[in-house]
Amino acid sequence: MQRFSGLTLLRRGLSGQRGWQPQWRRAEPKPSYDAIIVGGGGHGLGAAYYLAKEHGLRRIAVVEKGWIGGGNTGRNTTIIRSNYLFDESAALYDHSVKLWETLSQELNYNVMFSQRGVMMLAHTVHDVQVSKRHIYANRANGVDNEWLSPDEARRICPLLKVDDIRFPVMGAAFQARGGTARHDAVAWGFARAADALGVDIIENCEVTGFLRDSNGAVAGIETSRGVIRAPRIGVSAAGHTSVLLRMVDVRMPLESYPLQALVSEPVKPIFPCVVMSNTIHAYISQSDKGEMVIGAGTDAYTSYTQRGGLHISRHALEAICELFPMFRRLRMMRAWGGIVDVTPDRSPIIAKTPVPGLYVNCGWGTGGFKATPGAANLLAWTIAHDDPHPINAPFTIERFRDGELIDEAAAAAVAH
Amino acid sequence: MLLINCPYCGERPEPEFVYGGQAHIARPTDPRACSDQQWADYLYLRDNVKGVHNERWRHTHGCGRFFNALRDTTTDRFLATYEVGHEPPATLKGAHS
Amino acid sequence: MSQPWRTPAGGRINRHRELRFTFDGRELTGYEGDTLASALLANGVHLVGRSFKYHRPRGILSAGPEEPNAIVTVRRDAARVTPDLRATEVPLYAGLDAISQNRWPSLGVDVGAINNLLSPFIPAGFYYKTFMWPRGAWRSLYEPKIRAAAGLGRAPEQPDPDTYATRFAHCDVLVVGAGPAGIAAARASAKRGVRVILCDEQPQFGGSLLAEPSASTALIEGQPAEQWLSASLKELASLPEVTLLSRTTAFGYFPHNFVGLSERLTDHLDSVRPGQPRERLWQVRAKEVILATGALERPLVFPGNDRPGILLAGAARTYLNQYGVMPGRRAVLLTACDAAYRAALDLRSAGVEIAAIIDVRERADGALPEAARRAGLTVHSNATVVGTVGSQRVKAIRVARLDGSGAPQGSIERIACDALLMSAGYTPSVHLFSQSRGKLVWNDAQQTFLPGEPAERTHCAGACRGVFGLAAAIEDGRGAAARAGGDVSGSSKMPEPAAGEFGGILGALPQPAGKPVVKAFVDWQNDVTSKDLALAAREGFRSIEHVKRYTTTGMATDQGKTSNLNALAIVAGEIGKRIPEVGLTTFRMPYTPVTFGSFAAYTRGELFDPVRTTPTHEWAVRRGAVFEDVGLWKRARYFPRKDESMHAAVQRECLAVRNGCGMFDASTLGKIEVVGKDAVTFMNRLYINSWSNLAVGRCRYGILLRDDGFIMDDGVVARIAEDRFHVTTTTGGAAAVLGMMEDFLQTEWRDLQVWLTSTSEQWSVIAVQGPKSREVIAGLVEGVDLSNAALAHMGVAHGRICGVPMRLFRVSFTGELGFEINVPADYGQSVWEAIYAAGQAHGITPYGTEAMHVLRAEKGFIIVGQDTDGTVTPHDAGLAWAIGKSKSDFVGKRALERPAMQSIERKQLVGLLTGAPHVVLEEGAQLIASAQHRLGERPIGHVTSSYYSATLGRSIAMAMVRGGRARQGETLYVLADGQPVPVQVTSPVFYDPQGTRLNA
Repeated sequence: MQRFSGLTLLRRGLSGQRGWQPQWRRAEPKPSYDAIIVGGGGHGLGAAYYLAKEHGLRRIAVVEKGWIGGGNTGRNTTIIRSNYLFDESAALYDHSVKLWETLSQELNYNVMFSQRGVMMLAHTVHDVQVSKRHIYANRANGVDNEWLSPDEARRICPLLKVDDIRFPVMGAAFQARGGTARHDAVAWGFARAADALGVDIIENCEVTGFLRDSNGAVAGIETSRGVIRAPRIGVSAAGHTSVLLRMVDVRMPLESYPLQALVSEPVKPIFPCVVMSNTIHAYISQSDKGEMVIGAGTDAYTSYTQRGGLHISRHALEAICELFPMFRRLRMMRAWGGIVDVTPDRSPIIAKTPVPGLYVNCGWGTGGFKATPGAANLLAWTIAHDDPHPINAPFTIERFRDGELIDEAAAAAVAH
Repeated sequence: MLLINCPYCGERPEPEFVYGGQAHIARPTDPRACSDQQWADYLYLRDNVKGVHNERWRHTHGCGRFFNALRDTTTDRFLATYEVGHEPPATLKGAHS
Repeated sequence: MSQPWRTPAGGRINRHRELRFTFDGRELTGYEGDTLASALLANGVHLVGRSFKYHRPRGILSAGPEEPNAIVTVRRDAARVTPDLRATEVPLYAGLDAISQNRWPSLGVDVGAINNLLSPFIPAGFYYKTFMWPRGAWRSLYEPKIRAAAGLGRAPEQPDPDTYATRFAHCDVLVVGAGPAGIAAARASAKRGVRVILCDEQPQFGGSLLAEPSASTALIEGQPAEQWLSASLKELASLPEVTLLSRTTAFGYFPHNFVGLSERLTDHLDSVRPGQPRERLWQVRAKEVILATGALERPLVFPGNDRPGILLAGAARTYLNQYGVMPGRRAVLLTACDAAYRAALDLRSAGVEIAAIIDVRERADGALPEAARRAGLTVHSNATVVGTVGSQRVKAIRVARLDGSGAPQGSIERIACDALLMSAGYTPSVHLFSQSRGKLVWNDAQQTFLPGEPAERTHCAGACRGVFGLAAAIEDGRGAAARAGGDVSGSSKMPEPAAGEFGGILGALPQPAGKPVVKAFVDWQNDVTSKDLALAAREGFRSIEHVKRYTTTGMATDQGKTSNLNALAIVAGEIGKRIPEVGLTTFRMPYTPVTFGSFAAYTRGELFDPVRTTPTHEWAVRRGAVFEDVGLWKRARYFPRKDESMHAAVQRECLAVRNGCGMFDASTLGKIEVVGKDAVTFMNRLYINSWSNLAVGRCRYGILLRDDGFIMDDGVVARIAEDRFHVTTTTGGAAAVLGMMEDFLQTEWRDLQVWLTSTSEQWSVIAVQGPKSREVIAGLVEGVDLSNAALAHMGVAHGRICGVPMRLFRVSFTGELGFEINVPADYGQSVWEAIYAAGQAHGITPYGTEAMHVLRAEKGFIIVGQDTDGTVTPHDAGLAWAIGKSKSDFVGKRALERPAMQSIERKQLVGLLTGAPHVVLEEGAQLIASAQHRLGERPIGHVTSSYYSATLGRSIAMAMVRGGRARQGETLYVLADGQPVPVQVTSPVFYDPQGTRLNA
């Protein structure tokens, strides 16, 4: 792998930036591999990388029906945090944050992980209770999270309006290690590093079926570019997981919803952290380029259209303008949609499937980007060992049968 | 914002409705006869169709009634809406992909 | 002389009204009808901005929404500061104050321009390759520097004082774009008598006609174009079914023909009335949409193509004809299409010297080139520009001839000029069509993407579907209107394009072999050059989406309106593919940027979400209550007396209830009337409890599960009659419970005869609680025997209070003797006040939700959503006793039978007592078994409720603890801030466990 550094950039600058190699080869599918990852997003590329790097597999392919990083990897608001409530979740997401912290160096690719801090606002007494439960649970799990009074929140984010709004801010939970990263770079960085370890990255290759052996185990895939054999296949296809698993008659506890995000025109640095509000449904940060990056909610109905309704993005901007009334004059520059696969308990599945040799990483809902290196790392482990790592062991498909949900959504449920 | 044809009220904008998930999933009449797996399947497994989807909507801020719809999840176009207890129009059925 | 570059006459500006404005503090003048860009050009100001990355001096490239360069901040006052506006779209008003952006210390001298010198070392994507060492430096050093260099304007820092409006509209035909095709389509549609909305982003309707010289001889339907335009607009304005919206951009095309329009209402005004909305968001549902969005001119890609003074030929023509502004005195036209010759001819007529016309095509022999030659202009065909001269304004260009292979050859001629007009041809504006998910199809003849199969009821007309030329556009507009009207006889087939007039070329102009050292810009604003695109291709970025993301081409605030096709062509050339094989990036809303405020519109403050108040709200406000938000409700949290802290007020309120009498507004509880001959069957199937044996006139605490076995809601249910239940729900759960009931009733149990009615807003609920409560209400109640014998705990009775009909519940969420008085909501406040007055003798005390929470916790009553979290079963919460044991089924029953639900290791509800009675635990604090927490040791539970109980003179807490009920008597440790606090596990019932008080 050609090394990236300031020095190489300088040196090549003297010769017109010539001599750079392709960051990953345009691989043609070989007849067979030791393992195939279906889905060339950050999760899938990362899984291939870790399979090669940590588990010594060499003959690995990633097949992607479009262009790598073109799904939810390139369509999210890049928020990274690990302040989830349940012990299992905190362990999972913090595994990822720890990998994020050294990912640029690990991949020799600047993924611009910026630990700007993630502030989650509490607007009601109930929010305060839920936030504090998160904080104490996180700390017990070694995950940083602290309570901020409204004044303390404003000291970190001076633009935040805490009073004279419909739902005044009563405080916030703040995870200083949380932040953002450059989403495309994660896909490209994993692709480049995986490629350097011999992984074949095969774009424009759509899976149309699975091969099974006489025991019912998976034996390969049928694709738009022909049959590719492998005894171990990991599916990392986000919103399209149901469609793929259906090909082996496995129904998944997943539904795919549109999720929208948008950015403003770029402005000079003004916003120091990530601010989220579950109660009034908004999250916002500022990208390195200066755009305010804003996440909206999911639409109510399942869809594969990668677009959502105007009322959904309006709702997100209503909340942003309520919390940051100076931003009313900023303008939406671009909006887009992704397809998020949501499980009944809003926690992911990283597990074996009923089909031997077939593994799945899915169900990340609206929060998959933050988990990219962690989920990839654990999927690789699960494939390599044909058994989950202790961190992802609770995130099975069977937990729904057994009632052992990891219900992050219900945990924040409101009643009274 | 979709335009949804309530079989009782006619075309109304989406905010008047609440989505009800996949249609024609009947609660098992004898839950005791179900295995844990069967019960979990009833609770959680959905076709999540990419293509023509059989789904339920409730005209919550209108007549209040549930009804069924066929919608193409690749375009969000409605092919039909029809009353609860009825089968989808035969010509449109089973276009799963 | 003021406005030295203004023509002596002509244009559509109002020369009788001179407007003063400033640019970077410099005082200038323009005319009403100018844009900021035209006014700047009238003053000879060409340097208006600096580019994003290299801080290159930049001028005005276009005259419309596609402008990538002339980006400014407009400051109306200290708070009304708007960054990142295109000068070409900013209407001039008296006193306009514009400031250039992305430069320091000044536009003329910009330190950031050093980036231009460093550019060999900072190519596309350079930041992915460096800034990785040392690890911490990204966050502390590199990123802040990059961020400071990035961004364009400064965001306003004061709250926006402006207001924004929105409205919904329905129409039969929405026509987007009021150029010739759009106007023709609107007229033809309006003739059918249907509702038409015609919108255009410009202040004036007319589209391309506005750029025609006033002396134009073009005829439309036999009339001079100008006359046709004014007659058409007059006709449309006179029709009641037609809505005309100027300054209105159709920015988004959503499913089912739902189109978002952004109308700008005040930005062109000298002063704004308070409250006058700045913008209005139109949300239009159209039966048919006609897109007549025109086409955008493409720039040419050649070295040094970004100097101020270089602009699009069509823009030059617009500035001349629409605004009466000359972009230079000595201009060169560089073109790849015939249409641009009109600019040279018009400028020539206005007295601008045309130094040369450079036509990059092998031959230029169409009607317009011939006309140019006849007018004495020099046309060099088969030539190219290989460089430009000048720093803050173009001074000359360098021209080379092309040989037979299309490569530059021979000597290079230098032509002095102060303006370079360029045109690579026109790109149909398919943005909205693509947003609607209509298919775009590559058209080889026109070398562009054109609308194919529509996804919605969409019809395209005119240049946006490749139909150029006035007569053809008008005809096409009418045709689109006919198709929208259901006339299928008209053909949607396109007329043959006039060869060469609008087509032009794509990609970069041919350059001499060897290493180009001068940048040829593709995306002006983001400083993406053809070299960057080539680099991306070399580095393996071959999908256009990858190239776009790696180089940022097309990702600036103009979203690639001038750059996308050129970039695509260059990439296709680099990787040796045809353009349609490289693909087109998806068009996404908004077409042009739309103000956040107009999306939010009225939804702010009190209107952000509706405020629900109970009938006693005003009374509580008068009493100085402190409120909390619960869902949409405002609930009184406590009623402090003068200078009283919350803690003191809550203790006082609690003691009043325990020792005398308190009153509480419980109106927010959800209430559902379940009626019908199968009501009891329905309730049996739904709730865990058994209802068959509940006598009329009695109540029961009901628990509702989801079908996965977890507690969803709870509340007291009264049997009012054999066939009638009064069901109460939690405040937050009311809508969900009713929704779930309706779901089962309408879709699963359609055989049941049951009717459901939400009565949450119909009943006002006044809880009167405490040992004196019977005495307090006795004098007000008629028709009910309040004695314990007649109305025991959990009884319900009908009668009157203060003459008002009531349902009287003898229930208690406090553990004391208590009543919940339900009266019609209209009487809520008067009954409340009467009870309050009657209670004075007994020291009646209003209490809020906080005291309610303490009182119920003393009794170990749970609050769904606080003590439960969606993962709690009735067993877990100690409520298994409520399950109707003989029932074969109820919602959630099957799920409760799963092995994991039976595990004794599940978290169970317990009470906790601290050793030190005044230590109040933190809610949410975690429980561990040992006095010292080891990192990685998972907690075994958490505190769900924790209070200081004045009644007990000590703190109490409830918690969910693994295997908790078996741990009673054990010491656990609570982990919050500081050292773990030892606690004893107890029963969650701290007060009157026998219930003697509530049965009193």
